[in-house]
Amino acid sequence: MASTRDIKRRKASVTSTGQITKAMKLVSTVKLQKAKSRAEEAKPYFSNLYQTITSMLARSDQDVKEKYRSGNPEGKTAVIVITSNRGLAGGYNQNVIKLVTEAKLDPKNTWIYALGRKGAEGLAKKGFEIKKDLSDVINAPLYSDAMAISKELMASYEAGEIKEIKVAFTIFRNTVSHIPTMLRLLPTDEFVDDGDVDLLMNFEPSPDEALARIMPKYVTGEIFGAIMESVASENGARMQAMDNATNNAEEMVSKLELAYNRARQGAITQELTEIIAGANAIN
Amino acid sequence: MAEDNLFELKVITPERVFFEGQVSMVEFNTTEGELGILKGHIPLTVIVDPGILTITTVEGPRNAALHAGFAEILPDKVTILAELVEWPSEIDEKRAEAAKERAEERLAKKGPDIDVDRATVALKKAICRLNVLQ
Repeated sequence: MASTRDIKRRKASVTSTGQITKAMKLVSTVKLQKAKSRAEEAKPYFSNLYQTITSMLARSDQDVKEKYRSGNPEGKTAVIVITSNRGLAGGYNQNVIKLVTEAKLDPKNTWIYALGRKGAEGLAKKGFEIKKDLSDVINAPLYSDAMAISKELMASYEAGEIKEIKVAFTIFRNTVSHIPTMLRLLPTDEFVDDGDVDLLMNFEPSPDEALARIMPKYVTGEIFGAIMESVASENGARMQAMDNATNNAEEMVSKLELAYNRARQGAITQELTEIIAGANAIN
Repeated sequence: MAEDNLFELKVITPERVFFEGQVSMVEFNTTEGELGILKGHIPLTVIVDPGILTITTVEGPRNAALHAGFAEILPDKVTILAELVEWPSEIDEKRAEAAKERAEERLAKKGPDIDVDRATVALKKAICRLNVLQ
């Protein structure tokens, strides 16, 4: 059995770890609330953006539709991978990395645009090419950051360097449920017609010109939305992980407390036995 | 104003839902010129150019500064997906004034290291903000 001193030292260390994880949980709870409200405020824009693009393209001529559905035959696959810069968030980062590695992408033919150091490190180890590391964006994401990324990607797309644009992120369903998701932004998936499509959409200026200006906004909007969702998920995941860690620490402390008491009692009993045996020997 | 002249308008930005409700008329600037929409407009997609957005509801018209985005117009529904839009109360007049001067200065210089597009956009934004305040 470990000595009382060892157990005491162990207990003190677990207690202070518990205090740290508890503090981290409180911090991420506060951050989560902020990120959650931002993600919720951003949601209408993204669902409406998608709906509007859908209904617009559903009402458009065939050649307009084709341009954004067929994509480039050759080229790389660009994947925007949104993770966090810091660890201690449970499976949050690993889940996104797993999603990318299991997506049957050829590492040689994939460009990773990393938002979040953990994702960049994880995927670099797996042999993926990190085209650009934009991890600082995650600390304070702005709409203009999403705009810069989308501008670069759209330029590569137009130039035929990349054949598709995907984004790997985590959807924030609620505080405890986060779903890692891979979404293809371009070329767009088959649009579901929402019923009333007899009315033909008019464009001002011409369809080509209008869509050429709208599609970057669509990509920007979707990237920004994905960042908002991911930041909320990250803090939710960290809060949960830290909550678990705090509970585990408390459980361990109570077990050590028991072990400590037992060891102390054992020592007292042994001492008593020795004294009595000594006294008996003198008599 | 008759009830059946109303249609649904949504003005949404990445940060918030700016306006949502029944309106009788909406006016704003597009790349092709000013546009006023009443109920029953033909389906149309337009690109927003910086300018004043006027929303006329049953209570009367309200102005706002609309900077960028695009709009989908359907006979009974208009959705403006704006990247930036502000009510007059949210605009800082002094800052807009300063931004206007700065942009004008930059455009006047026209050196090789001056991004003309950016300065033009900044100037348009500032003018639009000041116009709404007047």
